[in-house]
Amino acid sequence: MKPEDILRTAREEAEKQGFYKYRINICCSSGCLPFGALNLLKAFENAVKEFGVESECKVARTGCPGTCSVGPVVLVEPGGYIYQNVTPEKAREIVKSHIVAGIPVKEYLYANEAFFKKQLRLVLRNAGKINPMRIEDYIAAGGYQALIKCLTKMTPKEVIDEVIASGLRGRGGAGFPTGQKWNFVAREKNALKYVVANLDEGDPGVFANRTLAEADPHSIIEGTIISAYAVGAEYGYIYVRAEYPLAVNTLREALKQAKAMNLIGKNILESGFNFNIELRLGAGAFIAGEETGILASIEGRRATPRPRPPYPATSGLWGKPTLINNVETLANVPLIILNGGDWFAKIGTPKCAGTKCFSLTGKVNNPGLIEVPMGITLREVIFEIGGGILGGRKFKALLVGGPSGGCLPESMLDLPIDYESLTKAGAIMGSGGIVVIDDTACMVDTAWFFTDFCVDESCGRCVPCRVGLLKIRNILERIMKGEGKMDDIDLLEELGVYVRDASLCGLGQTAPNPTLTTLRYFRDEYVAHISEKRCPAGKCFKEPASMEVKE
Amino acid sequence: MMGDLRKINFATVWLSGCSGCHMSFLDQDEKIVDLAQKIQLAYSPLMDAKIFPENVDVTVVEGAIGNEEQLNLIKKIREHTKILIAIGDCAVTGNMVTLRNVLDNGAGAILKRAYIETATENPQIPNDVPKLLEQARPLNEIVRVDYFIPGCPPSADLINYVLTEIMAGRTPNMEGKAKYG
Amino acid sequence: MSVSSPVKIKIDGVEVTTYEGDTILSAAKRAGIYIPTLCYLDGLSSYGGCRLCIVEVKGSPKLFPSCTTPVSNGIEIITNSEKLRKFRKLTLELILSEKPHICSICVANGHCELQDLAKEFGVDHLRIEREWTAHKIDLTHDFLVIDHNRCILCARCIRACDEIEGVHVLDMKMRGKDSQVIIDMDEDWASSRSCTSCRKCAMVCPVGAIYVRDKPFSEIKDKEIAKFILSRRGS
Repeated sequence: MKPEDILRTAREEAEKQGFYKYRINICCSSGCLPFGALNLLKAFENAVKEFGVESECKVARTGCPGTCSVGPVVLVEPGGYIYQNVTPEKAREIVKSHIVAGIPVKEYLYANEAFFKKQLRLVLRNAGKINPMRIEDYIAAGGYQALIKCLTKMTPKEVIDEVIASGLRGRGGAGFPTGQKWNFVAREKNALKYVVANLDEGDPGVFANRTLAEADPHSIIEGTIISAYAVGAEYGYIYVRAEYPLAVNTLREALKQAKAMNLIGKNILESGFNFNIELRLGAGAFIAGEETGILASIEGRRATPRPRPPYPATSGLWGKPTLINNVETLANVPLIILNGGDWFAKIGTPKCAGTKCFSLTGKVNNPGLIEVPMGITLREVIFEIGGGILGGRKFKALLVGGPSGGCLPESMLDLPIDYESLTKAGAIMGSGGIVVIDDTACMVDTAWFFTDFCVDESCGRCVPCRVGLLKIRNILERIMKGEGKMDDIDLLEELGVYVRDASLCGLGQTAPNPTLTTLRYFRDEYVAHISEKRCPAGKCFKEPASMEVKE
Repeated sequence: MMGDLRKINFATVWLSGCSGCHMSFLDQDEKIVDLAQKIQLAYSPLMDAKIFPENVDVTVVEGAIGNEEQLNLIKKIREHTKILIAIGDCAVTGNMVTLRNVLDNGAGAILKRAYIETATENPQIPNDVPKLLEQARPLNEIVRVDYFIPGCPPSADLINYVLTEIMAGRTPNMEGKAKYG
Repeated sequence: MSVSSPVKIKIDGVEVTTYEGDTILSAAKRAGIYIPTLCYLDGLSSYGGCRLCIVEVKGSPKLFPSCTTPVSNGIEIITNSEKLRKFRKLTLELILSEKPHICSICVANGHCELQDLAKEFGVDHLRIEREWTAHKIDLTHDFLVIDHNRCILCARCIRACDEIEGVHVLDMKMRGKDSQVIIDMDEDWASSRSCTSCRKCAMVCPVGAIYVRDKPFSEIKDKEIAKFILSRRGS
């Protein structure tokens, strides 16, 4: 195949889709599937047949548009009408009124415009709009044109320069400048190099990468191919958790289709560039998402991080230079190539360009998957996009960055979302989980819950993380049972700082964050537990009750 | 208290331990004479005092907390003592007294072993002695402890060094000295 | 590693000339500067697990395990700041409180690297409650014993078995607090078909976790074994 063939496919597919006046997109992501999305798909197909509008209305299975709390969700284009909690009965009505008569069924619509108003969906540009199982859909939406541009008009160095100019930073959590990382690998003089796309999203309550893979797998694949072209790698791995069966299947199918179109394989689009991608499934360890843990796991060993240097850029998979990027980072790349680094750099803040996907969960009215420009405040995310606190209760804290994020209080709500501000406040960008906590939650219990998760997921190699975290958890447990001593607060702080500073990898270095930030912002709750044997939220002094986290 | 001529009110206590630390304490040989001139013994297994007195300056405690009587006693000791010193591994870490801690129903298991399984005649678990705690504990898990002298037993020199430093108002430096076992 | 360019670094203010590829730890050792270690053993690959050998590098907020961090020209290393001393002491406290370590009844009493380090750093008590979980003791082998109650998970035995003896009988199972050294596919030692009974695991064990039954501990330990064998192999 040649680049022209892809462009022709894009034209033809767009033309074909243009025949339809309406397109009904049924979310068949992990959020809506359990609520009968597949039955819904059938119901819509039947309804369209019943009313004889097959020729003007296309019914398609798609990924998630983001409003996971009101599933099953159906998106009707044009106009971007989102129907919530759709049932087969409602499906018939929607077709009858919206498609046949052209009148949207108001009472079934997702009325929450605020949810989308402040969002900027770049990475999730196609999510909920295209059929992830059809490469033609992606191509028709402009997909693989960035790859064609790279292969036909750009040298690898120019690709890297574009990414550097964009200011894109790693979306996996640490925020390392992506272009710089690519440069490190590109300058290595080794015939064999690897790229790895990291989709080992292990945080409880985080589902951004999962949704991306389920809704738009080719954006990940295209980004991966471009990264390989840029650094000169011929082999790549996409590492997915086996717990994401739908994402795995979607990616597998997408890879097959991309191979069939010679977008992966030998002599890609007759450019002379060879690149092969393999899917690797993780066995569920949180630590396998760590940069060196993932390498060990791909090599078939225990997912145990190792000390750096040497960094993967010089010695990664089987000792070869390896580029590891989070899939969200990679999904940004096609856009940067097509629109230019300067365009991307203007989005967000000067130091943090672009957008970030967040899984908004917890006690918030509109939970779901959102994508916002960097620099937006936490307040906007929670009270505008999120629609405020569930049940009209009082906001207490939010946990940013997954289980090793930080608990920030109300006074930090005007903090802009960027790597530096969050780190300074004691939280992290992490995988992009935001858990909203209302006044019914006890902050000691909250710290315990997330610490307990990290204790479970510690690999056990280094002492601070293996033993230090365990002791932090035990002390929290003691405080929750009313057996705490005032000295425990100092001890927790000492242990927290030690685990943070002395641990081998990112897991240990961030795992004390929930404890350290609750000590910093909610110290009075600790004191109440210890000196007054009182839990301000009325939760403790029984067995630690785990917080509900919606996954 | 240092520097004045009043003698230091001094106590030694023997809890769940083997008395080896007291032996080691006595092993200070002629140095114990110097010590004796500075202190007045207020309570000790070496003398016949039934009740732990009030206003003790320094109390040296050997042994872990193994039963309810000891649990109450150590709290009382803490209340009436200015400086509390844990001496020996049992008092410092629990040592072998805590071997039962890893067992399910540790107290019951060792009582059964000692009074039933290995009894040669009239096997029965006594009920007129203080109740064993489920798990033995080092002192600092129950009360605040000011100084620690680990060792099984700690050497007489180490004991002498720590006591001399404390009585001179200095903090003993345990680096290179605190040897367990 | 024999032909490589010289590298100049500063350790605790002392200028040290070493070579590319050298670690901070070995550079310091050659310069006679002491850095405490526990999981590190001369002749085995570096593991970076115990965190005792962490050092500060001027200009970096991070701490680096000196056993795995290679030197680079011009770096200034601090091996003994107050923060490092505090962290090392805490590390020892944590190791001691992870398992029911009872020195007075341990075969390694008096020959234990953990015990020696605790003494060196003045760990005169544990501020942190210990874990009272009983772990397995495997007594099935003719003379080798592994007592998981005493294991500090330093992985020296695993590395010696793999890298020196070359049989890789030992490995780690589970993760985090549940990590445990296993024999073959988590079998009894007696039923291991790959174990050559070479005792190197016992020789390198820093504590009393692996030992030879009925043998004085001082006779079992051989901290030079890995280095010695490697030197005879000419590697």
